Amino acid sequence: MCTTCGCSTGAHATLTDPATGRILHLERPDGQVPRQEPADPSPAPPSAPAERHARAHGTTVPLEQAVLAANDRLAERNRRWLATRHILALNLVSSPGAGKTTLLERTLRELGDGLPIGVVEGDQETLFDSERIRATGCRAVQVNTGTGCHLDAEMLARALGQLNPPRHSLVMIENVGNLVCPALFDLGEAAKVAILSVTEGADKPLKYPHMFRAARLMILNKLDLLPYVDFDVAACIAYARRVNPDIDVLSLSATRGDGLAAWYRWLQARLARV
Amino acid sequence: MHELAITRNIVEACRARAGNARVLCVTLEIGTLTCVMPEALRFCYEIVTDATPLAGSELEIIRLPGISRCRDCGGEVIMHDPLSCCPCGSVHLTPPQGGDELRIRSMDIEEAD
Repeated sequence: MCTTCGCSTGAHATLTDPATGRILHLERPDGQVPRQEPADPSPAPPSAPAERHARAHGTTVPLEQAVLAANDRLAERNRRWLATRHILALNLVSSPGAGKTTLLERTLRELGDGLPIGVVEGDQETLFDSERIRATGCRAVQVNTGTGCHLDAEMLARALGQLNPPRHSLVMIENVGNLVCPALFDLGEAAKVAILSVTEGADKPLKYPHMFRAARLMILNKLDLLPYVDFDVAACIAYARRVNPDIDVLSLSATRGDGLAAWYRWLQARLARV
Repeated sequence: MHELAITRNIVEACRARAGNARVLCVTLEIGTLTCVMPEALRFCYEIVTDATPLAGSELEIIRLPGISRCRDCGGEVIMHDPLSCCPCGSVHLTPPQGGDELRIRSMDIEEAD
């Protein structure tokens, strides 16, 4: 079952530790995504007196319940788990091919010596990205979402258990390449970082406003290709600030290295606060 | 794209509370700034509620707009979508308050015998 649009059967979200080859299936055999019951269920049990009364007299039953309450509770649990260990977790989101993995590889190579960094890779299929990350010497686990098009808080909880990041470290979560669905799902991260490459349109922040509204930082990547493409950097930044006036913006080239110092300073400033 | 999963969450939450009672109507609050399409939810609702106590029930959707303020004229701006402008023509707005609701407000269930 697709965890998002239910568009096919037989697809299972899996979590793979490439170091051991161990694979965990994140769905039950009946196709339902396993859901950890919260310690303190917020909806009152149906036997509560108010509900009995409502049922007997046919009155409206107030629910006042967030639709994504189950995910949001797990996300909060992840957030507390990370906070108590002083771990900064960032959720990297972009369309496919914007350069998330390349930026991660470069960041791991240049910061990884002085800072423990763990990576959670989200993709529908393959272990390609976690293998690229492991080649830098960093710890990585791969979540394959099957036909699902975003990571959710349950998947991150399982991945963190497997990754077991040390205290005072950085966890980079590379979400499934998709500028729509990941905007809606809190994983418990400190911030979403939206990566947009100059080979995409400058109007992406207006076309996909939800993602840029949810992000704390927009990274304009592939700056080295700017001479070859028709991309108006100022207009793109103005569009992003129109949907999210507070968004931070950094421009860089993960391959050539332009602007990376500012990205590392942004990371260090966030790390200093956890 | 994600409305089917959202609908499943809604139906699951209502089933858990309704017990064996037949559900007549479910009322949702959906902010205008959340990336959920009401039309897509309605489409999914009929499919997901089939053969459940919610089958045939009405889905009422209340849209809640976000509210911003114009940085140029100072006026209040009702955000009907993330790209709403101020009536004065400005797009320089403060971050919106509200509009991101995605809640089940209530449900009506059949009277017990």
